[in-house]
Amino acid sequence: MIEISTAEDKEYVCISVGGEVDASSSIQLDTTIQNAVSDGYKKIMIDCSGLNYISSAGLGVFMSYIQELEIKEINMVIFGLQDKVFHVFQILGLDQLLKIVDDEKSAKGLLNVI
Amino acid sequence: MLSNKSIVRLSIAFGIIFWTLLLLTNLSILFDQKNNASLGIPQFLPHAFLILFILSVGVYYRYSIGKAESINFIDLLWRVFVTGLLTTIVSLSIKFFFYVFGGSMLTKNILLINFFYLVNLGLILSFLISTFIVWKRLILYQKSKKLLRTWQFFEYFLFLSLGFEFSGYKLFDVPFNTVILLLVGIGLILSVNLKWVAYLNFKQKWKSILFLLLVIIYLWYFFMSLVGYSNESVLITDLLNNVFVLAVFAFIFIYSVFSVLVILFNLPTSSVFESKLEEVINFQRLSQTIPTGQKEEQVFEILLDSAVSAVFADAAWLEITDTKAGKQELLVRNLNPDLIDKIKEAAQNSTLKRILNSELERNPTSQKLTATLKKVPFKSILVYPIIVKNEQIGTLALLKEVDDSFNKEMIDIINTYVNQASISIENFRLLTEALENERYKEELKIASRVQKSLLPQTLDKNHDYNITAFSMAADEVGGDYYDTFRINDNKVALIIADVSGKGTSAAFHMSQMKGIFHSLAQLDLEPKEFMVQANSALSRCLEKTSFITASYFIIDTKSKVVRFTRAGHCPTLYLDGRTRETSFFKNKGLGLGILRNSSFEDYVQVNEFYYKPEDVFVLYTDGITEATNQHQEEFGYDRLRTSLLKHANLSPDKIKDGIIDDLYDFCGKRSLDDDYTMLIVKFSGHENVKSVESVKTKK
Repeated sequence: MIEISTAEDKEYVCISVGGEVDASSSIQLDTTIQNAVSDGYKKIMIDCSGLNYISSAGLGVFMSYIQELEIKEINMVIFGLQDKVFHVFQILGLDQLLKIVDDEKSAKGLLNVI
Repeated sequence: MLSNKSIVRLSIAFGIIFWTLLLLTNLSILFDQKNNASLGIPQFLPHAFLILFILSVGVYYRYSIGKAESINFIDLLWRVFVTGLLTTIVSLSIKFFFYVFGGSMLTKNILLINFFYLVNLGLILSFLISTFIVWKRLILYQKSKKLLRTWQFFEYFLFLSLGFEFSGYKLFDVPFNTVILLLVGIGLILSVNLKWVAYLNFKQKWKSILFLLLVIIYLWYFFMSLVGYSNESVLITDLLNNVFVLAVFAFIFIYSVFSVLVILFNLPTSSVFESKLEEVINFQRLSQTIPTGQKEEQVFEILLDSAVSAVFADAAWLEITDTKAGKQELLVRNLNPDLIDKIKEAAQNSTLKRILNSELERNPTSQKLTATLKKVPFKSILVYPIIVKNEQIGTLALLKEVDDSFNKEMIDIINTYVNQASISIENFRLLTEALENERYKEELKIASRVQKSLLPQTLDKNHDYNITAFSMAADEVGGDYYDTFRINDNKVALIIADVSGKGTSAAFHMSQMKGIFHSLAQLDLEPKEFMVQANSALSRCLEKTSFITASYFIIDTKSKVVRFTRAGHCPTLYLDGRTRETSFFKNKGLGLGILRNSSFEDYVQVNEFYYKPEDVFVLYTDGITEATNQHQEEFGYDRLRTSLLKHANLSPDKIKDGIIDDLYDFCGKRSLDDDYTMLIVKFSGHENVKSVESVKTKK
């Protein structure tokens, strides 16, 4: 089961992802990020502190935005990853391409929002 | 036992023999009387032969007239009619003969008269007995136990009465009359069994009346001619003195009269009975499942025709508007399709319309209604929606030229028909769906077989190392891939890859990976170059959210070195055979297809190591490390490491089996939710291993 919620601010949007992201629930994650991008936000935070498991299909969602975000100059920061989940990002090499920080504070700092 | 056919043939032969004997004995007795000579023919012989003749004829008809079925009543009556006709023709010819030769001596010859009398007798008896048997069949149609017993009693009694011949009693003697009255009485009781009449349709009833009236005429004529013979000449065998014959005469006559009367009284109601029967048949036709290969349209055709005939509609249409199946069709009966819109409008505007839906199912989109129409050639209409699985797929409309002519009974019948048609269509659709699913299953089986063949049946190995593999897909097809390729005598390329996701889409990408591996490996590229090229190729063909993780190895047995890269794949587990130390090769890397531009090469790192005998390395996909038990704990790297250490001294096959068993034990089941693959490479360096050994892959 995936739990997704979105908190919008003037400058940025924060997407909270919890539970498990597998092949079927990854579509939901994709739609949420897609909405944030098409809403014109230049700063996106993704709170993964409640995320217990992510399958390769879920990683595929994050991966598919790397180039689009770069072109549209959108800043996306992922924070709060559990060790186990971070390890999955790491093995695939996504930690080299995505901005991943420990907590919300660092994420906000990185995005220059208070 | 004798067959039916031979019994029939024998009875004919016996019939002819006994009749001839009857004739001979009769004539010789007459001859004796005339000439006062004595040939010594006993008086009882003609009686005996008559009885035997009757029995033969009885046996013949008993076996040659089949059981009565509702379809052959008329055939049976026809048979009686024909037999009677033949007898009459012969009898009339004889009469004609006497008429022509009226004055001559010939006609006064008592022998000749007796001969003709016996010919007549034989034919009349045949007619009587055949009719008797047909009546028996008709009476016993839909028999009860009681009826059957009465009938048997009647038959036995008749049989015994044959013996009355020898008593010498004649007509009007008291015992003779008593027996006749008794027999006729039983015959009368039996004659009320006329169930077969109900199964005749209108036309058949008229035919039956005709045949039965003819039978009555025959009987009258035969009886009169027998009386004529009896009065005019001396007869040795006079049928009028035979209890059996008279009783049969009477019985046949009574039953004929009863039948005619009952059929006559049944005539007016036969159309009702017929239409009820037709309703049942139509209902049955509608409820039969549509055989495969046929179409739903047939149900609609049957529904329309049945509905029209059930309510005596003057015209009708059936509109099929199945949006799901994309069908739009119109069936009409006795109606110009151009009129339909007008009629619909008239029905909507009708001031006298009644909606028939029950309160519960009131739904404005699918109304059942009757209405009185104006300004169109029809005065009343009945509209019924056809609903399958809560969706209206069509509308049935029945029209009549008289107003207010759909009564409750008609509406009920239409309701049943429409419901039954809906059920038939629903069943047909379910069946089609089931067949379709079956076909998909077959297709998947084929896909599964094809995909299994994409994984190598044999892996390249040599005296320096042995290699074994295990792969299992969660679904019919999976996204895991491994393979080897011999570049030259010293170098072998080895790959393990895992496509993101699972199932069919993963399987397609896996086959692309195989193509890329086989094209690039033969170019003898450096591991880094291989990955860059593979990434470039996959960038052009992978789906947006798909990627492939891979580890690529080149084992060089000349320099005893292994060079390898890791593209986001699970780190290879390595065991040093000498120190028993294990490590995971976590060199830098990025999954293939994640960065679809030239910057990918910045993320590829090549490592190498020198191998020694007894070193083992384990390649695997994340299905293994991410397999969970019921507490949602993952099998993980540490358990994999421990398991390898436990089995490391064994052959690669045994190591593989050991680790897989440990994995299953951990999970508590023998199937996982993801594709999982494992390769074990064990270096030997001193003993010769067969260069090629088959590798088993399961589903």
